[in-house]
Amino acid sequence: MSDRSTKSGTPIETRQLLHTSRPIFEQGAPGRTGASLPPCDVPAVDEKVALGALARDAAPGLPEVSEVEVTRHFTRLSRWNYAIDIGLYPLGSCTMKYNPKVNEKVARMPGFAGLHPAQAESTLEGALELMWRLERCLCELGGFQRVTLQPAAGAQGELAGVMMIRAYHADRGQRRTKVLIPDSAHGTNPASCTLNGFEVVSLKTGSDGLLHADVVREAIAANPNDVAAIMITNPSTLGLFEEHLGEIADVVHEAGGLVYMDGANFNALLGKVRPGEAGVDVMHINLHKTFTTPHGGGGPGSGVVGVGARLEPFLPTPTVEKAPGPGDKYRLEYHRPKSIGRMRSWFGNFGMFVRAYTYIREMGGPGLTQATEMAVLNANYVRARLAEVYSLAYDKPSMHEVVFTDKKLKKETGVQTLDVAKRLMDFGYHPPTIYFPLPAVTGGAGALMIEPTETETPETLDAFCDAMTAISVEAHQDPAIAHAAPLNTAMRRLDETHAARHPKLRWSRD
Amino acid sequence: MRYIPHTEDDVQRMLRVVGKPTVASLFQHIPERLRATRPLDIPPLDEGSLLSHLGEIGARSRPAIGATPRDGAALAFLVAGVTPHTIPSAVDALLMRAEWYTSYTPYQPEISQGTLQAVFELQTIVSELFGLAVANASMYDGASATAEAVLMARRVTGRRRALLSGALHPQYADTVATYLAGEPDAEGRIDPDAILPVGADGRLSPQTLEARLSNDVACVVVQSPNFFGVIADLKPRAELAHARGALLVVANTEPVAYGVMKSPGALGADIAVGEGLGLAIPPTCGGPGVGLFATKSDYLRQLPGRLVGETVDKEGRRGYVLTLATREQHIRREKATSNICTNQGLIALAFTIHLCLLGRRGLTEMARLNLSKAEYAKQQLGALQGFSIPFSGPTFNEIAVRVRGGDATRPALRLAEKGIYAGVAATQPGFYTDEKWKDLLIVAVTERHSKQDIDRLARALDEVCP
Repeated sequence: MSDRSTKSGTPIETRQLLHTSRPIFEQGAPGRTGASLPPCDVPAVDEKVALGALARDAAPGLPEVSEVEVTRHFTRLSRWNYAIDIGLYPLGSCTMKYNPKVNEKVARMPGFAGLHPAQAESTLEGALELMWRLERCLCELGGFQRVTLQPAAGAQGELAGVMMIRAYHADRGQRRTKVLIPDSAHGTNPASCTLNGFEVVSLKTGSDGLLHADVVREAIAANPNDVAAIMITNPSTLGLFEEHLGEIADVVHEAGGLVYMDGANFNALLGKVRPGEAGVDVMHINLHKTFTTPHGGGGPGSGVVGVGARLEPFLPTPTVEKAPGPGDKYRLEYHRPKSIGRMRSWFGNFGMFVRAYTYIREMGGPGLTQATEMAVLNANYVRARLAEVYSLAYDKPSMHEVVFTDKKLKKETGVQTLDVAKRLMDFGYHPPTIYFPLPAVTGGAGALMIEPTETETPETLDAFCDAMTAISVEAHQDPAIAHAAPLNTAMRRLDETHAARHPKLRWSRD
Repeated sequence: MRYIPHTEDDVQRMLRVVGKPTVASLFQHIPERLRATRPLDIPPLDEGSLLSHLGEIGARSRPAIGATPRDGAALAFLVAGVTPHTIPSAVDALLMRAEWYTSYTPYQPEISQGTLQAVFELQTIVSELFGLAVANASMYDGASATAEAVLMARRVTGRRRALLSGALHPQYADTVATYLAGEPDAEGRIDPDAILPVGADGRLSPQTLEARLSNDVACVVVQSPNFFGVIADLKPRAELAHARGALLVVANTEPVAYGVMKSPGALGADIAVGEGLGLAIPPTCGGPGVGLFATKSDYLRQLPGRLVGETVDKEGRRGYVLTLATREQHIRREKATSNICTNQGLIALAFTIHLCLLGRRGLTEMARLNLSKAEYAKQQLGALQGFSIPFSGPTFNEIAVRVRGGDATRPALRLAEKGIYAGVAATQPGFYTDEKWKDLLIVAVTERHSKQDIDRLARALDEVCP
């Protein structure tokens, strides 16, 4: 079976008139504008008079183009992008699931989009209620006592979580300096710890792909009374469920430390595991992964953070509270003496809260649980179909994603991960995450980390697996094709070394 | 469930391929003690009910900005880092293209040239606005961009302390304090005296700054126009900072001002940061916004965040890639310049599109309109009996007004009930706690406001202040 939008057993056909669009600064004509401004109905003020020496001599070098030119430019550029609405986007650890259209409609309602954050609280009732309701939903999903919505993305959520951990120890009169992080972790984990003044102790993943409690015990013994926390991603970036999490949490807690769980892969756990009930003290959730807020070509995200009772006093300010008494009244609480403070301006990426809440309420508990089940089924299906073609990194059961390496293919054909990724584009797909996670790429191997998500049909998965198989077969017959790929894309491989050696980071006339 | 395509037949067929008897058996390896003890308690809603439910919640707020200028929304002069402007319809129409909003970070350049070229154009626009050579692909917001600028200044100078102007947006100052708490000094303190008082002209005075500068200061952070709307004279402040080996960081929450105001780069700033929300999308209760970040080319290697650079493909065609990633967390891990990963791509795109639409001429015209209307408002409000304009420094489109009666919070609340959001009281929750600002109301006047709107505001304030 194949993706029914194309002919059975063939690559997705990609034929289209595709316009280039030169940098907008090379278009237009002097004096042209796409602005629509009202006439001045008050006395005109000359900036040279009002601002004196602080007035600008010449206007900034912005483009000079009409609205039509701007519209064509950004429409043409958009067509050079791959997108979920075009096809499968199997980036591991990124959870590129479908972004429901109703979310976009709701987020644009004036009752949400038109709110100014400095409005009096009494005129923001609905916004406070939405934040309070979203927090309750996330507590229900994660088994947490409270959730702060403030962090703008996963990495800022990590930062907030680690700050709360530091504040917790400081509050108990302790200054602990180490955080334990498995070598499979996303790079933001160690970076967030360093930003917080912590030193990272790297833990080695076992040969079965899991983190073992003995490794944690040893690290704690080597750093007595100095381990502030462990940061553990579950499922790990290898797509495996950390089966020893319970024991690891016990070991860390006994040593006076806390357990941070990176919730980037929460899509594998909805309705199955409530981390807050499973020994996790703090966890961030990426609303732009599990809860369908669009990734926007690189954000905005939202990295909300759930905490248990121990860390509740340290949450960033302000929090949204429901007032006691009759009626649904909500208010902002700024007075939290032990708070770590503010992570950013205002309340967080509110527009993402509206979308995530809309999605959660449409799905409901049963729908979210089903999403997790089908996400795991889809990943395991891809695993089963490709297990003979590529090398499985680990044979433990997969959750929502599966990691292959190029060991066998590279040995037999010289074709490696990057080539496979680029060749996949010729077959009409965005490649998976490559050369990550680190434990899978030891010994010169390349890793392919595939996360299909639950929103993909089995036909799409079949067509994708057919393509992956065809690439392997082709590599055995004529490896030069994969080395040269992509061949059918609008651009061929780009010279990244040149870009780094001779940085040109803005347009200029030369 | 419309987002999950699997039929019962699909599931059975897939399970056979996987070699598992049931869906439940896919989760069998999760140890009992880690499993959820009960099913999720969240009722699902169909689209009709969903729209009703969210519509009801939305209706419990009264927006400052309507879908059209006069549709029951309030008459709003709110500011404090988010100055709403008229966003051309073309901006949202283009954002709604799925190729923009449903794509990921452009890790695969051959099929992400749209995003990459748009970011390259954003970097150019931000570089032009700030008058600095390099700009990144965006930060979360103006506040976190300011905090990252302070961390960057620490890396560049190898020093620890940051001095913040007392007229820096209080939420920005709070965010800087939160970020710096990670590295306390030997006594565990984080600069309790870092915030410098504001002089009679509403700005940090060179004298105050000179007295507080020392050889352990990494940077001085000044906002312009500042929280009270006053435009800072950056040059003498930059010279003072540089004389002591410190960097000048300039924050800006109203990029429209650059249509008439000199750029921070032209006046000696080393790092400039900003917030572009008001020009990108409707205010959306303060987020998502877009943090802007630029610096001199000397400090390129210390820049946080993503960068797009120009290059060529195999056939020599001009193209764009993410570059200089060796600064970033996914390569450098604990040694990265920042932990930032996902930023504010789509809002940065909206900002880019709007700036392209305005263009050189439109930005200047818009800035002149804002300046003229705000000057008119300044005269009208300053002339009210018992009102005054407390700061003598030049302003752009935000004005601090001292209101009659000694308290700005109460009249603002009373007017809010009548559908006029008169401005931001400096001591309303979330801002200053200093009692000396208690009667300060900060008002933004833009191209959205007519002369009549301004006159109405003046009358309303006059009526409501005791």
